[in-house]
Amino acid sequence: MPLDLDTLVTDDGLISREIFSSAEVYARERETVFAKSWLFVGHVSQIPNPGDFFLSTTGEDSVILSRDTKGKVHVFLNSCRHRGMRVCRFDEGNTRRFLCPYHGWTYASDGTLLGVPEFTNGYQGVLDKSQWGLIEPPHLFDFHGMIWVNWDPQAQPFLESLGDMAFFLEDFLRMPDGGIGEWEVIGGVMKWPIPANWKWGAENFAGDFYHGISHASVDQIAISPSGELGRHQSDAVKRPMKLINASIAKGGHSARGRLFEDDYPYTSEYGKYAEVDRYFADAYEKRQQRLGPLARLHGAGGTVFPNMSYSNGRYSIAVWNPRGADRTEAWRWYLVPKDAPEAVKDVMRHYAIRYQGPSGMTEQDDLENWNYAHEACHGNVARKLDFNYQLGRETDDSLLAGWNLPHTTVAAGFTEHNQRGFYRHWQSMLSGGQG
Amino acid sequence: MENVAFQHSLPALVHEVEQFYFLEADMFDEWRLREWLELLADDVRYFMPMTRNVAHNNRAAQFTRPQQDVAWFDDDKQILVARVEQILSGVHWAEEPLSRISHLVTNVRIHAAEGDTVEAGSRFLIYKNRMQSETDIYVGKRRDVLRRTADGLRIAKRTIWLDQNVLLAKNLTTLF
Repeated sequence: MPLDLDTLVTDDGLISREIFSSAEVYARERETVFAKSWLFVGHVSQIPNPGDFFLSTTGEDSVILSRDTKGKVHVFLNSCRHRGMRVCRFDEGNTRRFLCPYHGWTYASDGTLLGVPEFTNGYQGVLDKSQWGLIEPPHLFDFHGMIWVNWDPQAQPFLESLGDMAFFLEDFLRMPDGGIGEWEVIGGVMKWPIPANWKWGAENFAGDFYHGISHASVDQIAISPSGELGRHQSDAVKRPMKLINASIAKGGHSARGRLFEDDYPYTSEYGKYAEVDRYFADAYEKRQQRLGPLARLHGAGGTVFPNMSYSNGRYSIAVWNPRGADRTEAWRWYLVPKDAPEAVKDVMRHYAIRYQGPSGMTEQDDLENWNYAHEACHGNVARKLDFNYQLGRETDDSLLAGWNLPHTTVAAGFTEHNQRGFYRHWQSMLSGGQG
Repeated sequence: MENVAFQHSLPALVHEVEQFYFLEADMFDEWRLREWLELLADDVRYFMPMTRNVAHNNRAAQFTRPQQDVAWFDDDKQILVARVEQILSGVHWAEEPLSRISHLVTNVRIHAAEGDTVEAGSRFLIYKNRMQSETDIYVGKRRDVLRRTADGLRIAKRTIWLDQNVLLAKNLTTLF
């Protein structure tokens, strides 16, 4: 029996397992979700100089993030216009041109087709090279150094699509002292496979404060730079607060954080490293002065729909790249403030990589759970059973009242409010709705 | 400092280092990880870079750099102790139940031996099977700085080059 693709997500918080495992759903979401959404490609600090490039991916397509020799940032489909071969086979580097190794078509760093072998004899000189340059997405947006693209010519502008999420993403991109500054990506982007659908990572980062048991083992050992138990540096702060789950209906984005009740003085979160703790203590005070009451919200993370997730405490960006219904290739970028002292960068880097990724002591347990939860979407009996997303159905928009977030609804504590919002938007896009 | 090479003939030294590696492999595969920690010097550095595809004239950028870039592992002893305690906690779901693992170590060569320090290279092939049919194979190279102590050889520095670009396994819960 064919699936009814328009009823996979109910208003009652029941969601079909088929959204994870069905090849039919995946084929449809490639066209309706990934081909129409803003996708994160990379960060400007990865291509600081003219001619620099970084190989990235949008959905299943290989793309090149390139700074041309005049300094302009481009994204290109990494596929020769003649027979499709990758014109860039290096993860990063610097080049004046991209040479296709198959038949030798050559493109400039701005995508222009420069050279075609046998142009005069073979094509009688009538090939219009201006029509055969590398393909660029119709929309590119630089959001505080993050490069996003959208392949849909009719796409909403980036900021419109981001909507209220701009507040949370900007908050993530603030320096520790609350100011606007320059981030740099630490050398090396983690890339690894997850034998599970891409939405497991996206929904987990969107709103899953509930999965504490997943991390029972890492919470028994001290991996936090605070030196105390608990995997987050912020676990050292014992002050009254509420867990905030913010779902942005317009755009389907999600953010999480801790909203403290008072403007408490800095509580050591990097206590193992005196110099680093002083940096964050100083930054904390400046942030309070700069942001006022908004400083009481300490972001935890979130997901920009569909597949970019960020972690505030680890200062990292993940993209859950789909590779079929049953496989994801996760990529993760780690950021540090460019102007931070080396000791600070060093501690941030070590903490992030022992926490996240396939060698990270926290994320390993997520990956195991996503792997085998996904497997359970395939059994012929199991696949017909819905998942329960009914946790925490009460909302309380007064928590962020006055914050100028008209399209945001908020639920406190343990809730699947954000996941429900994520899947409502996903379902509307799958049914042909706007991104 | 006497040169170790004068105390031990090269074949004897190779044999000693090989036997050390085989003991270590048994400790890994039998989950005697707390015993393995005792083979580490207190100031050990344990590093596995990530690997990039780069142009022939950019080979220097092939690996991420220790204490500077992102890496699969860039650990000191404290972090390795934490990893071991996590694996043996019984609630580390990525290793509960424990996987079946075999470490094969080969191509052992002595690159230098001076004073109490031996620098040795090797190749590894690690087979890991967990749950029903989940299987990972890791192949690569190691380079160690080993330190001779009254209690035997100790690992002062280990660099591991895994021959993979995008990782082929979902998790790295295995020690190398």
